[in-house]
Amino acid sequence: MPIILDKVSHIYGEDTAMAVKALDNISLVIPDGQFIGLIGHTGSGKSTLVQHLNGLMRATSGNIYFNGQDIDESDFDKKMLRSKVGLVFQYPEHQLFETDVFSDVCFGPKNLGLSKKEIELRAYEALKLVGLEDEYFYQSPFDLSGGQKRRVAIAGVLAMKPDILVLDEPTAGLDPKGRDEILDQILKLKVETGITVLLVSHSMDDVAKYVDRIIVMNRGSVLYDDIPKEVFKHYQELEAIGLAAPQVTYIMKELRDHGYNVSDEITTIDEAKREIKNYFTELAAMQRER
Amino acid sequence: MGLIKVKDLIYEYIRRDEEGNVEGITTAVDDVNLDIKQGDFVAVLGHNGSGKSTLAKHLNAILYPTEGTVWVDGKDTKDEAHVWDIRQTAGMVFQNPDNQIIGQIVEEDVGFGPENMGVPTKEIWERVEESLKAVGMYSFRKFSPNKLSGGQKQRVSIAGVIAMHPKCIVLDEPTAMLDPMGRKEVIRAVRALNDVEQITVILITHYMEEVIYADRVYVMDKGKVTLQGTPREVFSEVERLKELRLDVPQVTLLAHELAKEGFPMPKGVLTKQEFREALERYITEGANEYANYFG
Repeated sequence: MPIILDKVSHIYGEDTAMAVKALDNISLVIPDGQFIGLIGHTGSGKSTLVQHLNGLMRATSGNIYFNGQDIDESDFDKKMLRSKVGLVFQYPEHQLFETDVFSDVCFGPKNLGLSKKEIELRAYEALKLVGLEDEYFYQSPFDLSGGQKRRVAIAGVLAMKPDILVLDEPTAGLDPKGRDEILDQILKLKVETGITVLLVSHSMDDVAKYVDRIIVMNRGSVLYDDIPKEVFKHYQELEAIGLAAPQVTYIMKELRDHGYNVSDEITTIDEAKREIKNYFTELAAMQRER
Repeated sequence: MGLIKVKDLIYEYIRRDEEGNVEGITTAVDDVNLDIKQGDFVAVLGHNGSGKSTLAKHLNAILYPTEGTVWVDGKDTKDEAHVWDIRQTAGMVFQNPDNQIIGQIVEEDVGFGPENMGVPTKEIWERVEESLKAVGMYSFRKFSPNKLSGGQKQRVSIAGVIAMHPKCIVLDEPTAMLDPMGRKEVIRAVRALNDVEQITVILITHYMEEVIYADRVYVMDKGKVTLQGTPREVFSEVERLKELRLDVPQVTLLAHELAKEGFPMPKGVLTKQEFREALERYITEGANEYANYFG
């Protein structure tokens, strides 16, 4: 179910002295099945944008279409929208509350008025999708590790069977392995189910590694919207707005600045390894021939 | 004796059920010894649940040892008479900036600590000024904290700590919630405090790039210090760190990957300059070796 944003603006405290334009004339298409990274410094409007996607916030002007229907029309089913666009907030494990993991994941679908069997089936599937082993299902969520708690919280959203999964910094506060595990699992989930994923992240290295498309927000507007290697070519502009490029991009730049003509489109370790291997093996061979 | 000395420290969390019966005991810190000198920049790494934060909380008497002893500036943290001295000596900065700021405007927030210590008003203002200048936030002194970015708020938190003139500052994942610029600002401010003001820094983090400037790195696992050394020594152990759910800086990882492919990259490359120089040596030395062999 694609989402289309047409000239969406949001002003906090409109018609007051304290009015702040948080979103400024944003037009975007989020088609099915993409893995999108949303980046921008604190206060750039990412969270405000994300909350418009499932109708938690209402655009001050402009329109948002879900599957072709305007979500602000009076007859639009907002409850359906909220189950189809699943939002995982920052530190979602703070929202766990049930006595065991399985009941916690059941909470969402229970509110959809489904049969008990369907609810349990969904909870089971969702927990499998986030890679949590059966042995944890009847433990208290509070006895799990940070990474596991976060998986349970994500499973709670997945049990609603959303078409679009929005994750606001799902790896904040996790150790490096925990970060990789969560993102690998999300990628696997995306490949297996074809779900659209929108990842809000402060880690340029993660974004470069996982997503197909990056949307860069600045002062409530979209500054860039392109594939990662194109976006990260603008590393100077990104730095000017409080962001950066992945670390490997700077390593490649260091080499380029010293006269080694390696590619400027490298954003991941694997790409860098291949490029440097080819380039310097050839250069060493040429040196020997001389 | 160093500024902070930890001897045979063990800390156990005791879980109890509703009736107060002991349900289980978790040893969060297990026989740790540290000796940190005045002016050191020390980093502590470790996966979630490895005991880093529990250890950190011993350094300013938020937690007390189950066994063993912690001395801060020569004072035993278990001695209640010294609690306030110790908390002034070792200030602490936490992960979430929003939980640490209480003032309505920046300078008022920074003045809160010294005011509680009974510092005379004139001196409070001097301390506020010098602290805000030290973290590069002086021009924001009249701002409301909620108008600041995460990195700016975190620097105000740090200023609030240094206004109490500590000898040591313990930072528990101060950059976890910040964007790239915020992270850079905070780390820059912390390094400046260490270099210029000689304040001892203990930095706990999950970001490997932040510790390459440290004098010493401790890696924790299951409550124990399992690996320690200079950043170069520690980051030479790429596979070991991965087993410990950690990582190395991307430049170190790239050099390690190339070494696996047969490139003569040294272990523990920490900067992009070192990385480039290693590749350049490969080109020139490779050519020389060849010349020697055939020449």
